[in-house]
Amino acid sequence: MIDEPRPGAPLDLGHLGFEQGAHLLVRRALRAVEVGGRVTVTGGDPALGVHLRAWARGEGHGFAAVPDRSATWELVRGSGESDRWAGAERAGGPGPDGIVARPPARWGLAARGALVEAGGPDSRFDLDDRDVVWADLAPRLYAHAAAAQWDPATAVDWTAARDVPADVEAAVVQVMTYLVENEQAALVVPAGLLARVHPHFREVQQLLAVQAADEARHVEVFTRRALLHGGQMGTSSAGGRSSLATLLAEPDFSLASFLLSVLGEGSFLSLLGFLERHAPDPVTAQVTRLARVDEARHVAFGVAHLEHQSRVDPSLRGKLRGAIERRHDALADTAGLNADVFDSLVVLAAGAWTPAAIARGHAAVQELHHAMDDGRRQRLSRLGFPPDEAAELSALHTRNFM
Amino acid sequence: MTLVMGGVAYDPKVVTIWDGFRTWLRGQGLDFDHVLYSHYERQVEDLVAGHIHAAWNSPLAWLRTERLAAARGRAVRSAVMRDTDQDLTSVVVVRADSPVRSLADLTGRTVGVGAVDSPQSTLIPLSFLRRSGVDELRVRRFDVGVGLHGDHIGGERDAARALVAGEVDAACMIDGNHLLFGQEGTLPAGSTRVLGQTGVYDHCTMAIMDTAPADEADLFVRLLESMTYADPQVRPLLDLEGLKQWVPGRTTGFGALARAVDETGFYDPAGAVTAREYVP
Repeated sequence: MIDEPRPGAPLDLGHLGFEQGAHLLVRRALRAVEVGGRVTVTGGDPALGVHLRAWARGEGHGFAAVPDRSATWELVRGSGESDRWAGAERAGGPGPDGIVARPPARWGLAARGALVEAGGPDSRFDLDDRDVVWADLAPRLYAHAAAAQWDPATAVDWTAARDVPADVEAAVVQVMTYLVENEQAALVVPAGLLARVHPHFREVQQLLAVQAADEARHVEVFTRRALLHGGQMGTSSAGGRSSLATLLAEPDFSLASFLLSVLGEGSFLSLLGFLERHAPDPVTAQVTRLARVDEARHVAFGVAHLEHQSRVDPSLRGKLRGAIERRHDALADTAGLNADVFDSLVVLAAGAWTPAAIARGHAAVQELHHAMDDGRRQRLSRLGFPPDEAAELSALHTRNFM
Repeated sequence: MTLVMGGVAYDPKVVTIWDGFRTWLRGQGLDFDHVLYSHYERQVEDLVAGHIHAAWNSPLAWLRTERLAAARGRAVRSAVMRDTDQDLTSVVVVRADSPVRSLADLTGRTVGVGAVDSPQSTLIPLSFLRRSGVDELRVRRFDVGVGLHGDHIGGERDAARALVAGEVDAACMIDGNHLLFGQEGTLPAGSTRVLGQTGVYDHCTMAIMDTAPADEADLFVRLLESMTYADPQVRPLLDLEGLKQWVPGRTTGFGALARAVDETGFYDPAGAVTAREYVP
């Protein structure tokens, strides 16, 4: 590395020309002097005088040939560069400790910690309040999420197919079809929020991006499992789609992540565990296990974020309650869970068509409902709801699970 | 009263620039509007006829305005210029391996120049070569953007390409374009040699007629000169227009072009267009 230029020292460019980057050395030498300061430049490139003159003019520097000396010119530093950066500001600091509470719209897409030139467009990221989007857990969760990505092609042993009775296979296909529908909603919601989060909170964006990528993978593996034995996809009920449509319609970041991650994906943890346990074949067990690990992370972020927010916003619990009630009311007239899905869960857990087996399967699905309810109540308690209110709100959760 | 300025739309960015300046000037209390022309000759004629009050003129347009105005007993002033408009030079360039060692060696050879009306790559350098005693020069013109007075650099670039391709023995261009063509690769690094460089001359200027409303015209000039590169609102416009600051206009830098115009009879002394093969 070359030494720092001595301010005002003559600059000898040797045979370096402006077609080879001479402007870098000239600019560096000029930066070493104050505005109005002089730098003498000399060099052997035949076009140097022509190019120095043109370059200096364009950059706003003074230029003159030094009389009585050949191939020597004098530049006077103009104020262009210092003027450009006069009103510049740092966009916080690069690490999570450099986050500011309300990053201004003018920072826009600038990297956190960058020196931001004044001017330019105001961004339209409306989720720009630290308390609305942040969780201290976000950087660690993102690192974990990035490390935990798996490849559907290799993480699942697709050749481990086993003969599954036709009725049970039809049940698997139906449940997979339902899972795909739900995962698509779970992909769209964070993707929509992601596009609204101010990039200053990049760990949250990164986490949401990986979350969307997780869901994209789930859509793939569930579809692949459904079609593994050459059948067609199952049914999609109007009620199921209505339930998911209300998730997509929630514009508030915290309420959306509450409904999706804490309640919906939280319930799915129980469902995916149930499916892994009762899977009639290894592939079904593998795909539901892999998805459950991802979902657990999504739930963790949702809970951590809302815990953070409930500490700074005493009115949060009232809003969460309102969101559950609104969604319940909106869905009061719909059929809720696809009946085909409910029946398929019973068949899967039964594994056979004897009355005793069906009774077992039915009981298992009842247990699943209890497990989902328990999980929701625990998470609601962590957000500060007293037990009776947590039980009441958990009961209002959509029959569609998600 | 509205001060109306003419500008030539040699590039789509001109709309952005003058719309931006218009918004800014009006925000500073100047009743300002602009009209865009497709070439300089009509702009100059409209300026002298009083249809517009000011014109952002090329140096060639400045000369014609001055002559037309004088012929009609009117006065025009060079009010304000970009800092980048003063003390420009043009260069005559040959291939690095050319046997041509001096300007005199160009005798009988072919030189590529820009458009017929380009001050920097045609009129001034050809005058410079004539005055340097180069005889029997064959000129190959690259007429791109005729009527734009060389604002469109396509002709200069084509001349540079012809030089590299061996179609001409030398090419003329403004110093800044020699730098640009080297940086963008039109002239590969080390492939050319500067054979000669003209003296310094000035480029564009804001011409204001004596028919302009005086207060508005003065405010216009004051406001332009007050624009600072440190202002983030105007800096993008200054960047687009290629200046760091507006400086007081002058007329001392148009001598070389005036000589070239007279030598070739591009305009007559009264400002009529007399150049052959010039159809803006």
